[in-house]
Amino acid sequence: MSEFMFHSNLNNQNNLIKNKLQLKSRGETVLQAREISYRYGTGSWIMEDVNLGVKPGEVVGLTGKSGAGKTTLAKIIAGYLKPNHGRVTIDGYLLQEKNAPHPVQLVWQHPEKVINPRWRMEKTLLEGGTYTDELLQDLEIKKDWLRRWPSELSGGELQRICLARALGASPGYLIADEMTTMLDAITQAQIWHTVLHMVEKKNIGVLAISHDNALLNRVSDRMVDFSMIRDKYETKK
Amino acid sequence: MNNKVRKRKYSLRQRTIAKIVIALVLLLIMVVSSLLIGPDRLGVNLDLRNQSPSLDFLFGTDWLGRDMLARTLKGLVLSLGVGVLAAFASTCIALLLSLVAAWSSWTDRLVSWLIDLFLSVPHLVTLILISFTVGGGFKGVVIGLSLTHWPSLTRVLRAELLQIKQAEYIQVSKRLGKTRGWIARHHYLPHLMPQLLIGFTLLFPHAILHEAAVTFLGFGLSAEQPAIGVILSESMNYLTTGMWWLAFFPGLSLVCMVALFDLLGQSVRKMIDPYHAMK
Ligand SMILES: Nc1ncnc2c1ncn2[C@@H]1O[C@H](COP(=O)(O)OP(=O)(O)OP(=O)(O)O)[C@@H](O)[C@H]1O
Ligand SMILES: [Mg+2]
Repeated sequence: MSEFMFHSNLNNQNNLIKNKLQLKSRGETVLQAREISYRYGTGSWIMEDVNLGVKPGEVVGLTGKSGAGKTTLAKIIAGYLKPNHGRVTIDGYLLQEKNAPHPVQLVWQHPEKVINPRWRMEKTLLEGGTYTDELLQDLEIKKDWLRRWPSELSGGELQRICLARALGASPGYLIADEMTTMLDAITQAQIWHTVLHMVEKKNIGVLAISHDNALLNRVSDRMVDFSMIRDKYETKK
Repeated sequence: MNNKVRKRKYSLRQRTIAKIVIALVLLLIMVVSSLLIGPDRLGVNLDLRNQSPSLDFLFGTDWLGRDMLARTLKGLVLSLGVGVLAAFASTCIALLLSLVAAWSSWTDRLVSWLIDLFLSVPHLVTLILISFTVGGGFKGVVIGLSLTHWPSLTRVLRAELLQIKQAEYIQVSKRLGKTRGWIARHHYLPHLMPQLLIGFTLLFPHAILHEAAVTFLGFGLSAEQPAIGVILSESMNYLTTGMWWLAFFPGLSLVCMVALFDLLGQSVRKMIDPYHAMK
């Protein structure tokens, strides 16, 4: 296998667990953003030399001021933007999709933008692959939402559909960009309970982005402040 | 205030629907009455030559005593058939090319170049050339019309796709592992549906007029077919003898049908795509 090829077989959970064990023994981080620098067009640099790592089964919280560039970093890691410098790797392999789901799935800050307005919810949900009734129950998605149009659901309800869709693609890593900001405290707790359960069961690595420090403190194993890493401060793990 | 706006919008919609229904009913009457005309009405009757319009023969008769009303109706339906076929084929070509343009940057350049090429030469010239090359007749006209009427619709569809290609939900679909073919079928096609429908109805009148034009010029349908273009060009020889009705009624009917379709197209556009229609 060529060194720069990365195939979707990483989605194979057995593989992931094996990798994790190997890498843990070597003390290596699995999903890595290395020395990322980015700016929009010829604007000022949003970030320079950023390093960030997430292990399978780990929840990393990323905080930072509004407009700092958290979403931008999330898009780079999930393959939506190409960094000007640096690279994103899993196990040292560059990520390359070839008509297979990307191993890092992003749950977007604004769900209404990432849903085709001409589709009923069921089709959107199936875009990620399959879904189980159990997952719908855990995310408190009601069956009758699936027959509705996107404009007939609230932002928080759409966000849960997006989460279910991302999990349907059985990703190795999940980036949750302000995923539960729109939800009330009880639903928020319920959703995170489900996600943390998935993290344990399927050994998914999660990067949780929010400016709600209290929430991040509760759900994450480790916290990273974006203002600390954006200017070459964070130590490489 | 808000109420007022709503009320006006509602009645605009109703008026539009009424227009569509009227246009469809008129077309239906035309097709049905032409189907009811037996061969006897079209036959030669030398006793009744050169009759000017009367209650028996509303459109008069020609130099062989054929009923001009019957011939005109047959001609209109023939034009309608040519129009439907050509507009449908043109729409398919436009859809295909716009999807090809959305494939990658070099296919986009190729399609844009093709559009500019075809738009830089007058329709009628390319139409005559193509129709002549493939052997003329019904087949020649339909192929010629189909191959010349796609550019403007393709341009609209291409612009539409260029915009939606950047939409976040398309980007997400790609990261979920969907192929370009899948995205074209499930995202692009439903998005283009209104434009396709509008494009189809607006291509109609164009195709019909151009069919009549090439036929009139002698490059289109053959003389045995009672097309409006054939009727008009034959009538030219008799106009000098004062038989104005030979050209007047068929020509007027053709213009009416074209106007009807234009009305239909504009109404459909107003209903499906109010934003673009207002521009
Ligand atoms: N497409 C774009 N083109 C140019 N500049 C952009 C673009 N998107 C974002 N920016 C700028 O990049 C900076 C970082 O934006 P980003 O969305 O990453 O912030 P964020 O940390 O996610 O903020 P928030 O907490 O409010 O979501 C902002 O100053 C923003 O104005
Ligand atoms: Mg953000």
